[in-house]
Amino acid sequence: MQLNVFKVIGAETVGLFNTLGSFSLFFLNMIKTFFSSRLKLHKTFVQMKMIGVDSLSIVVLTGASSGAVLALQSYFGFKRFGAEGFIGPVVALSLVRELGPVLTGLMVTGRAGSAIAAELGTMKITEQLDALKTLDIDANQFLIIPRVLAGVIILPFLSLFCAMFGIIGGYLVAVHTLHINGQQYIDGIQTYLEYSDITGGLIKASVFGLILTWVSCYKGYQTSGGAKGVGMSTTEAVVVSSILILITDYFLTALLFN
Amino acid sequence: MIELKNLKKRFGENGSWITNDVNLKIPDGKMTCIIGKSGEGKSVLLKQIIGLIKPTSGQVIIDGVDISILNDTELKQVFKKVGYVFQFAALLDSLTVFENVGLPLLEKGMTREEVEPIVREKLSLVNLSPEETMEKYPSELSGGMKKRVGLARTLITNPKIVLYDEPTTGLDPITVRIIHELMKSTQDKLGLTSVVISHDPEIFQYADQVALLNDRTIQYVGDAKTIWESDNPYVHQFIRGETKGPIQSEIVKDQ
Repeated sequence: MQLNVFKVIGAETVGLFNTLGSFSLFFLNMIKTFFSSRLKLHKTFVQMKMIGVDSLSIVVLTGASSGAVLALQSYFGFKRFGAEGFIGPVVALSLVRELGPVLTGLMVTGRAGSAIAAELGTMKITEQLDALKTLDIDANQFLIIPRVLAGVIILPFLSLFCAMFGIIGGYLVAVHTLHINGQQYIDGIQTYLEYSDITGGLIKASVFGLILTWVSCYKGYQTSGGAKGVGMSTTEAVVVSSILILITDYFLTALLFN
Repeated sequence: MIELKNLKKRFGENGSWITNDVNLKIPDGKMTCIIGKSGEGKSVLLKQIIGLIKPTSGQVIIDGVDISILNDTELKQVFKKVGYVFQFAALLDSLTVFENVGLPLLEKGMTREEVEPIVREKLSLVNLSPEETMEKYPSELSGGMKKRVGLARTLITNPKIVLYDEPTTGLDPITVRIIHELMKSTQDKLGLTSVVISHDPEIFQYADQVALLNDRTIQYVGDAKTIWESDNPYVHQFIRGETKGPIQSEIVKDQ
């Protein structure tokens, strides 16, 4: 019985290190291909549209509603201390530094990351990836790099939109529902929001773009076992990307805003 | 010449053998057909010939080079001389027929204008009208058309050897004949060496050599034209589809 427990733990540990190894090798191959082959600009733009432009509406909606809720919650809390004037800076700082990049990362993971994993997974099980190999076409250059690069480039823009519409949402609630002075809301943001807050948020978003596309491509590439396998890869891509984004967020915050 | 020597394959250290001690010589310029019951490992064998799957042990020798020990970079040389027609064509859904067929050339940096006449030539070679098919997507094509587009894509790189993985699966008898005649005429015109995996006895009219894979190894190799006269019990049972004999299918075992 005790031996069986050790056997299971041992097998799980080996399995975990195998996955980490293959995940890291996938990343290294990606980097090697990026620096050693011609960039597919057209494909990258297509992916920027798919990952970025097509996600804009849900990102904007998420940002606006988060900003509105944040303004409302801040008002209820700050009112106790007579600090309602700080609603603007709190909404702006929260969205630019934290909520914008994280919510954008999570929303794009759900929409585009799952689509990437499903597309590559389907290509894998229908032998399209094998076909590329037999035609001497580098799948890394053809499929992976354009997606990862598009994610790294487009996420900061989406995050910016998310924060911007969040601030607008917060403004609308603060001014029209809570009757806070609009000029005070804007002045507060201008006073307390620094340039480094914006760049820090953009760097975060870019890293989240890398994580979600890297994980989604990897999971799609590792798909096996038919339609069920594609479903599992898609789910794993979303779950792993989301967890990695949340964990990385802590370390990036400590690093960038310390 | 392709030569398979003591080829063994299993997945994982404790997995059962998919192929075990396969030995086969495939002559140049001829069509060799590999037959065998479903699940016998024919597709795995074919993928080992092109290097998509590494054998556990043994050799795959193509023109004197053992490709089983080549790394990914060295394998690119193999892909230049060996083409693979996939069972369900494996066309890229997001690309048109023109882009699918011309993909290897477009990816090498050739322009659309340079690639178009070559794509037209290859589509005509597989009896497809370039005007009617080039701008269509794979989802708009019939099964037979997809297989022909798959063959055209394989031929675009001018391979010396073409491997066909069940090229007529799921097609009606008329389309099966059209595909078989196409494979034969393409082989004769281009002087190809073809290896075909098939369950269809009609292929014997077009093939030169037949090899029967059974119980994980090659049980029989012989002339395709005289296969119906063969007294080999495995061949006799398989090509006639008899349920009683040395070949045990899973369904018969269950009964």
